[in-house]
Amino acid sequence: MNKFTTLFTRLDETNKTLAKQAALVDYFKDAPPADAAWAVYFLSGRKLKRLLLSRELRAWGAAEAGVPDWLFEASYEVVGDLAETLALLLPPPEEATELPLKTFVEERLLPLKGMEEGERRAAVVQLWRELDRPQRFVAGKLMTGSFRVGVSQRSVIKALAIVGDVPPELVAHRMMGTWEPTAGFYTSLTLPEADGEIDASRPYPFFLAHPTVAPSDDLDDANEYFAEWKWDGIRSQVIRRQGQSFVWSRGEELIGERFPEILAVADALPDGTALDGEIVIARDGDVQSFAELQRRIGRKTVGKKLLKECPAHFVLFDVLEAGGEDVRNQPLERRRECLAAIAESLAEQGLNVSPSDLLEGETWEAFAVHREHSRSMRAEGLMLKRKDAPYGVGRVRGPWWKWKVDPYTVDGVMLYAQRGHGRRASLYTDYTFGVWDEVDGEAKLVPFAKAYSGLTDKEIGSVDKWIRRNTVNKFGPVREVKHERVFELAFENIQQSTRHKSGIAVRFPRIVRIRDDKIAAEADTLDTVKGLVE
Amino acid sequence: MSELLTRTDRGLYCEAGGFYIDPWRPVERAVVTHAHADHARRGMGSYLTTPEGEPVLRPRMGEEAVIQTAAYGEAVHMNGVTVSLHPAGHILGSAQVRVERRGEVWVVSGDYKLGSDRTCATFEPVQCQTFITESTFGLPIYRWPDQNEIFRQMNDWWAANRAAGKVSVLFAYALGKAQRLLAGADPSIGPIYGHGAVQVCNEGYRQAGIDLPACEYAGRGERGKDWDGALVVAPPGARGTPWLRKFRNYSTAFASGWMLVRGQRRRRSVDRGFVMSDHADWDGLLQTVRDTGCERCFITHGSRRVMEQYLNSETEVEAHQLETWFEGETDEGSAESDRESTDEELAEAANEGAGNE
Repeated sequence: MNKFTTLFTRLDETNKTLAKQAALVDYFKDAPPADAAWAVYFLSGRKLKRLLLSRELRAWGAAEAGVPDWLFEASYEVVGDLAETLALLLPPPEEATELPLKTFVEERLLPLKGMEEGERRAAVVQLWRELDRPQRFVAGKLMTGSFRVGVSQRSVIKALAIVGDVPPELVAHRMMGTWEPTAGFYTSLTLPEADGEIDASRPYPFFLAHPTVAPSDDLDDANEYFAEWKWDGIRSQVIRRQGQSFVWSRGEELIGERFPEILAVADALPDGTALDGEIVIARDGDVQSFAELQRRIGRKTVGKKLLKECPAHFVLFDVLEAGGEDVRNQPLERRRECLAAIAESLAEQGLNVSPSDLLEGETWEAFAVHREHSRSMRAEGLMLKRKDAPYGVGRVRGPWWKWKVDPYTVDGVMLYAQRGHGRRASLYTDYTFGVWDEVDGEAKLVPFAKAYSGLTDKEIGSVDKWIRRNTVNKFGPVREVKHERVFELAFENIQQSTRHKSGIAVRFPRIVRIRDDKIAAEADTLDTVKGLVE
Repeated sequence: MSELLTRTDRGLYCEAGGFYIDPWRPVERAVVTHAHADHARRGMGSYLTTPEGEPVLRPRMGEEAVIQTAAYGEAVHMNGVTVSLHPAGHILGSAQVRVERRGEVWVVSGDYKLGSDRTCATFEPVQCQTFITESTFGLPIYRWPDQNEIFRQMNDWWAANRAAGKVSVLFAYALGKAQRLLAGADPSIGPIYGHGAVQVCNEGYRQAGIDLPACEYAGRGERGKDWDGALVVAPPGARGTPWLRKFRNYSTAFASGWMLVRGQRRRRSVDRGFVMSDHADWDGLLQTVRDTGCERCFITHGSRRVMEQYLNSETEVEAHQLETWFEGETDEGSAESDRESTDEELAEAANEGAGNE
């Protein structure tokens, strides 16, 4: 636990990729495989299943620290992180012990789940008494499932590849899918490549696109690229191997059960096939909004009615494995030919699948015309993929680009503010904005969007200052501010919503800029916002 | 019956004695707790401070300022009110102000800390009935580590940077914190340089007889100078400015009580944070309230609400919040928490404040 905590501290202290890399390499060189396996588990964003409630931790922590509950909450509000609040408030440890990470997780954390509340409390308090402050912080993060450290999967993979002297792609592949954090697994990550080692379920790492706003500047000639619609769905890999079917999301979750239509696509594939595509909801060949898809997400089992109302459809855009062979190194043009054959045979069987359309055109101007129509297609814009490029790993600049449509923008008035978390703890960074609406013949500001991002640190500082000086009301942690300041907000889409006062919900709202050149009366109206979407 | 001290739009006022404590607008007679810009402002008819405080107050208030001094514990009589200054341990010459009239005693703490600091007189609690305390770090999360541990961390960091061929740039408030750190720096590691703002304050400390290691002016844009392995002490305002470029390959650190909280540390985006404060921590604040034996406590600067609620619910002391104009709505750890602000910022704030009233 000590070594893992040191690793965390080193990663946390720097924002330089090379320094992070060095910290990871140092750790993996030294760590016993059983501990390193858990480290890989946590560093790659995997979490323990819920062990206890944050409410319990707060109450036990306050009691152990000898502070009243309200004072614990006041401290939490300033620190903005429960694990850190606990680490800061608890008295120094009585007896610091050194627990290997494996022992710590398997013998001290995992058993918490099955315990009675009293027993669990005693076990947690005992843990606190054995850990020093930095360890308590990391332990708290692991317990609450909020362990996050600014290190990418890519860096972890690279470090492992350096330590094991194997290609990073191989490590990346081995880390996909489901695995248990055991010493055996860890050791296998860095073994030399063996024939036929890829197990049945394992997906390939997804290849990701770089954003562009001006392809004519960033990219080569337009005729070097295929252009497709960029759908707002669930990026997925559909795999058929050894008589088994798998549907993976990009978050590396198996989602086949939730999308039986897509699982059926997998079932119909010949053994040794892996396809890349996007799950969307489509009716009569038309892709529906993300809101429709949301009705399906999060449901483990789907009823007949929902299946009928929101049928899932797989837009197929790449072939990664065919006839048991990894075809990722073939140029996209070749892979598309292979894909067309597969799609045809699937469609003949009446399955919900179709290959992505390749949009016509040889010039950026021609593609730009297609892009203008994205919204009416319910697409987010265009994908541009080099015809001669292999299927890569991760987000590499060059072969794949996303060229999204410009977001909608609206001027809203700040109504409420709340403090942020983590790096923005104790600063007012989470804002609610309103637009004008006529209520009982009177113009009123109705809340329509919350936004957290888009301002620079400097702007956040000055807005924070302004909020503190212009608070008119406090509701617990929420401050209502003078309805004075106008902000330009951008968002991707607008949907009807019964859960919001304004009757609409916006997707991915963020702040574009502060509009101090406008007064509140000049902000937009709800009708204007609704009018943005036909 | 009016109170011995009242809050006015110019500052904390003693009507009976005809003076203000740390006023923020021009007044005839000002008693100042210490020279930081949010406590000592230009334009007062006269200032009362300690003899140690004068050399640091003078450059900030101007050559023509009328500064009177009273030694720690020396009684000064003003219209039947007895005023005396007592060590606050915050920075050189910092004082608590004791005000007495006909047996009634108030103490205004100014900023204070309890821990040891070789660059200023150690804090002494003063018995009183009414205590006005700061509460910058008035939350139980704030408990300071031992100062020697921090000096060790700082010197280790410096030595490691030197070994890696880097300059160590240490950000700290120019008056007080910078000198405290210099006093703890190990000059055998390498050369030490100071930003201009730090050098001015060093001079005041030396005049008052405080021994500091040699610290050379880091100058403006000297090209081609070899800064190899140096420690450079600079005010927080120098962060992210072109002034830093000349050091080329450097590592940065910030020394402040705020560095205890990870979010604050990350927001500063410095390589290291050293937890060192010249304010009392939670235990220090509570102990001081106890030690004064006060019946009533007014709380300014920082976690007013928390301290008020804690004292009222957990102790016998009757507590109230006292808003000072400088912070407006500043509470726990806001963006404005860098208390030693620049004079420009304060001037701007003063203009805003005037408009509001």
